[in-house]
Amino acid sequence: MSDVVLSISHLTKRFDQQTILEDLSLDVREGEVVVIVGSSGCGKSTLLRCINALEEIQGGEIRLRGEPIRHNSKNLPEMRRKIGMVFQNYELFPHLTVLDNIMLSPVRAQKRSREETRTEALTLLDRVGLKEKAGSYPRQLSGGQKQRVAIVRALIMHPEILLFDEVTAALDPEMVREVLDVIVSLADQGKTMLIVTHEMSFARAVADRIILLEDRRILEENTPEQFFTSPKTEQAEKFLQSFEFKRKKES
Amino acid sequence: MDWGYIQNVLPLYGKAAWLTLRTGAAGILLAAIVGLLCAAASHWRVPVLRRITSAYVEISRNTPLLIQLFFIYYGLPKIGIRTRPEACGILGLAFLGGGYMAEAFRSGIEAVDRIQEESALSLGLTRLQTFLHVILPQAAAISAPAFMANVVFLMKETSVFSAVSLMDLMFTAKDQIGLYYRTAENLFLLVGAYLLILLPLSMLGSVWERRLRYAGFGT
Amino acid sequence: MPDLGLEVLWKGKNFARLLGGLWVALRISLIAALISVAAGILLGVLASRKHSVFSAILQVWLGIIHIMPQMVLLFLMYFGTTRAFGWNLSGETAAIIVFSLWGTAEMGDLVRGAVSSIPAIQRESAEALGLRPIQVFRFVILPQAVRRLIPLSINLITRMIKTTSLITLIGVVEILKVAQQIIEANRKASPNAAFGVYLTVFVLYYLACRPLSLAAKHLEKHWG
Repeated sequence: MSDVVLSISHLTKRFDQQTILEDLSLDVREGEVVVIVGSSGCGKSTLLRCINALEEIQGGEIRLRGEPIRHNSKNLPEMRRKIGMVFQNYELFPHLTVLDNIMLSPVRAQKRSREETRTEALTLLDRVGLKEKAGSYPRQLSGGQKQRVAIVRALIMHPEILLFDEVTAALDPEMVREVLDVIVSLADQGKTMLIVTHEMSFARAVADRIILLEDRRILEENTPEQFFTSPKTEQAEKFLQSFEFKRKKES
Repeated sequence: MDWGYIQNVLPLYGKAAWLTLRTGAAGILLAAIVGLLCAAASHWRVPVLRRITSAYVEISRNTPLLIQLFFIYYGLPKIGIRTRPEACGILGLAFLGGGYMAEAFRSGIEAVDRIQEESALSLGLTRLQTFLHVILPQAAAISAPAFMANVVFLMKETSVFSAVSLMDLMFTAKDQIGLYYRTAENLFLLVGAYLLILLPLSMLGSVWERRLRYAGFGT
Repeated sequence: MPDLGLEVLWKGKNFARLLGGLWVALRISLIAALISVAAGILLGVLASRKHSVFSAILQVWLGIIHIMPQMVLLFLMYFGTTRAFGWNLSGETAAIIVFSLWGTAEMGDLVRGAVSSIPAIQRESAEALGLRPIQVFRFVILPQAVRRLIPLSINLITRMIKTTSLITLIGVVEILKVAQQIIEANRKASPNAAFGVYLTVFVLYYLACRPLSLAAKHLEKHWG
């Protein structure tokens, strides 16, 4: 078995009095694609935000390749450079061009040379079909294009793991495909990924493992085949049913 | 209107206008620096400093410049702090303007979405890098109209400098009227001089504002 | 403890005189504010109609008021009218006129802005319910506009109070003038009076303005 990249053990997250995640443990191995599903408000996004230490945690531990990630530690920026995160609303920097958005962190935070970064940025942009947009500003791009740029911006850091937080939720339906295709091709390249999504057919296609998060904890962990055809738990069945439309017809 | 007289006193007004511009610019520059530091302190929630700056902002915004100047110029020397008139004017303007600039910058910074900061942090930028490269450029664009309005406002506020015996435009006009009773000519020159200084500034402000609103990089 | 010249305040009626001076300043701002609110609402409502001449008048008026320092406006009113029309305005009257001209223009602009900032769909949906135009204005537009207006007009009054400090320079005996008189009268007995008295004036202005700006901020937050 390959190495564990991300290890979450006994994680507890509370907002004021409300517990969002409780005693949650999860390992992600190298090259593995783990997809987290669950109804809205179940804490999926909070889990990703905790991994990146954008949220303080109230209990447990998160380790990346054995090194703990702590909200207030000195080496947090360094740890975050090893975690690529893509947000629901892209969060590109509106005052920078596409190329500058991508180059900001490698140049400023990783102190890599401008030339080398630029070459890599253009290669990556080319791969997602956006090379000619390098000089554009975010507002000149469509939602799907912005999200592909955001993925490139995360990739160029050569992260150990990529986190995707409902990256197609804000997109018009016709743009969902172009973004998901990029993520599938990353899976094919063997990238380690943790994905939160509502796109069930995408989840089934891309995942090595599906996790159902409900009620503050992991309710079911399964292979995609099993999860979608014969889930282990009643909750999973219920959850899957909520995506189907049935209409009784008298005939 | 006696044009001969106007020609005679024109150099006096030129000198006074230069003084107004010089002290105004220096005071505004200092005010901008003070304002930026205050805004940064409140953004980073620096424990004690944050309290001090917010108290300062309230005091500077809730008292008139003239009273601030009187206190600096006539009050402070009694406890051993003496300033020359020009320095006093600049200091007073910086004290007043610092509060206004702090508010302009602070609201600009607050208007930048928090998730923009998180997105930069998640890329592994440090807090300082995030502030300088991601938050500040966006905040600057948002604050620009308020900043320019403050510049015009502060430039206008210099008109009380005559009270601490600076020979500015107001001083010159008053002096000349007192000496020669040439009210019309001097009021004409006074208004003209201020228009010459303030019109370009305020026009620059509105052009800038329009540019930002229509051609900005906003999403 | 160095001599801060604070003891002068407790001599005779000095402190009461200072407060009296502050009242002169406050009275001028209050009168001007009342005039401004009344005239400003009228002007603003008239200017908020499409293609109204009042809108053009308001723009020019506001432009003139905004570009000139208030000190210059006071000066023009005080000295200029004597010269041009032979009026002999008292400093106080000149100040009330200037402040009212300033306040009316600003209030007018605020009212116009508040009224036109209410989305057209609000008016349309009220009309669709069958309300008459005057009812639409009274029950839909006005209540929403007033909420935006109140904090902004409080801010205007605060600025007026601060600006009253200037009227000492056109000869009105208000707080700053009284302060100078007190310092002058006690030159021998308390040479450091300038520190204590000007500090007091500073604090009094703060105490007059701070509650108002606090109230404005509070209302802006809760009604904004």
